[in-house]
Amino acid sequence: MAYSMEKLREEKVFKDPVHRYVHVRDRVIWDLIGTKEFQRLRRIKQLGTTYLTFHGAEHSRFNHSLGVYEIVRRIADDVFIGRPEWNEDDRLLSLCAALLHDLGHGPFSHSFEKVFDLDHEYFTRAIILGETEVNQVLSRVGKDFPIKVAEVIAKTSKNKLVVSLISSQIDADRMDYLQRDAYFTGVSYGHFDMERILRVMQPREDQVVIKQSGMHAVEDYIMSRYQMYWQVYFHPVTRSAEVILTKILHRAKYLHGQGYSFRSQPIHFYSMFNGEITLEDYIKLDEAIILYYFQMWQEEEDSILRDLCCRFMNRNLYKYAEFEPAKEYKKLAELSVLFEKAGIDPEYYLVVDSSSDLPYDFYRPGEEEERLPIHLLMKNKEIRELSRESEIVDAISGKRRTDHKLYYPADLLQDDSSEPLIKKQIRKLLEMD
Amino acid sequence: MKSLLKDHAKIIHAIAASEEIIGRKKLQKMVYIAKKLAFPFQERFQFHFYGPYSEELTLRVEELCNMGFLDEVKEKKGGYYQYRYTLTENGKEFLSLSDVSMPNLQECLTDMNNQNARFLELVSTVLYFDTLPEEEVKEKIFTLKSKQRYTDEEVEAAYQYIANLREKAGH
Repeated sequence: MAYSMEKLREEKVFKDPVHRYVHVRDRVIWDLIGTKEFQRLRRIKQLGTTYLTFHGAEHSRFNHSLGVYEIVRRIADDVFIGRPEWNEDDRLLSLCAALLHDLGHGPFSHSFEKVFDLDHEYFTRAIILGETEVNQVLSRVGKDFPIKVAEVIAKTSKNKLVVSLISSQIDADRMDYLQRDAYFTGVSYGHFDMERILRVMQPREDQVVIKQSGMHAVEDYIMSRYQMYWQVYFHPVTRSAEVILTKILHRAKYLHGQGYSFRSQPIHFYSMFNGEITLEDYIKLDEAIILYYFQMWQEEEDSILRDLCCRFMNRNLYKYAEFEPAKEYKKLAELSVLFEKAGIDPEYYLVVDSSSDLPYDFYRPGEEEERLPIHLLMKNKEIRELSRESEIVDAISGKRRTDHKLYYPADLLQDDSSEPLIKKQIRKLLEMD
Repeated sequence: MKSLLKDHAKIIHAIAASEEIIGRKKLQKMVYIAKKLAFPFQERFQFHFYGPYSEELTLRVEELCNMGFLDEVKEKKGGYYQYRYTLTENGKEFLSLSDVSMPNLQECLTDMNNQNARFLELVSTVLYFDTLPEEEVKEKIFTLKSKQRYTDEEVEAAYQYIANLREKAGH
């Protein structure tokens, strides 16, 4: 029997708090889960620094990847099967792409990518196409199979239906992470009736459409997403931890560039510092390694690196104030000068962080937008864009919400043992007193 | 202002260097191409309908408009709307407070600004697939962008254009 068709003698199941069970029958999927590159995802948290705000948020990208796979498996095996628009040959491609879609994420990837100019999508592709165990498994299916999987994940595949299962405004990725992140953070948002949405999904040539009768379940999903972004993903305390993490990496990179001699030599960082990271180096990185260095750097000679690491490890985070760039950018410049005078380097201790989300948007004919809308299949077989039918969705369509915050170390600014007058001025500007 | 709002300042700098950019798609492609020429823009791009597209850049531009640093004029052109971006006086003042410097950027952006959005879409797509051999890139373009009906000659012109831009960028 062809490897692509091979089934396990006995179905494997993973207990899962969100989907109850994740079912694996395909030999290819089982083999992919067992690769070292996929197992590495166990050591990368799904929500990065969010565990410093919501202590339950310790779940990993491994959990999430299995969850996305399970949703796509249910769509393929329970919903799309037998439908003329669905090509059974695309089943394995969809399952592999779902399982591997986050494979290239690094530790605390948001900060890492920013500081070292990396791109997890590049590494996802590199792991799938490079000399890896994942590539060996996929290549057994067919010579071109790894590239097909990589193209679906990169959205450059001509198979738009499969792409839309993994990546669209209502896809398996989002449906899993909203529910999973809600479960592990313990918040009461993020819940919606996924079973209902799956039941009303129908395949079309280049996208998934939703039967009109499922519109209210989709409305609920979009509102859940909106709530999760503002209540969890953009939580200001999480962002404070992210700011400090980013600054640690910047400082370490800067010190390396200056020829600073670290007490704990950051050997795992060298290739990133030098901008020459290889796939082999990248795969070795995980959050345990990063936290090891942060732990050790709490005893470094450099006072900034030492202080930032102590803050991160002991959760002594920056405080924040609301910030309106349009009105306050001059105040920011003033604060920057005062921080320098107070001996507190503004490069590391005065940070503007912005978050923004567009809960739902659609392509308006004739406009240069790039988002594929959610389409409803009406009873008369007409296809209608969701916000034309749903007043709730219409109310939030295309409406971006942005939030800016100014982060600073309140403890340093309240310590009047040095430069008390300047610090008083800073506190006044920040309205701390 | 050193690194504070530096990424915002880079986008303002790009629009100032171009004097005026007409069309969101054009703006997206110009910044992507500049980034591929090693100018230090931070926005991340993914492949979308019109080629590489950055949600982060869309957001940054919206923010800059909200901050009053960029002027966005929506105008009707034929059957569709287009957007025209220029710097405001506040934007000029903000830029003067920043220390952003990108030598040769202006020459490259001016050149790109003289091209149409359709051609820049092609150029950015060629650059997106720059690790593939030319024949495969052509196949990708003809499959993924079949509606645009690009010809062999246009793809070759895109390659030539990229070579010229690289020379201008001097990276």
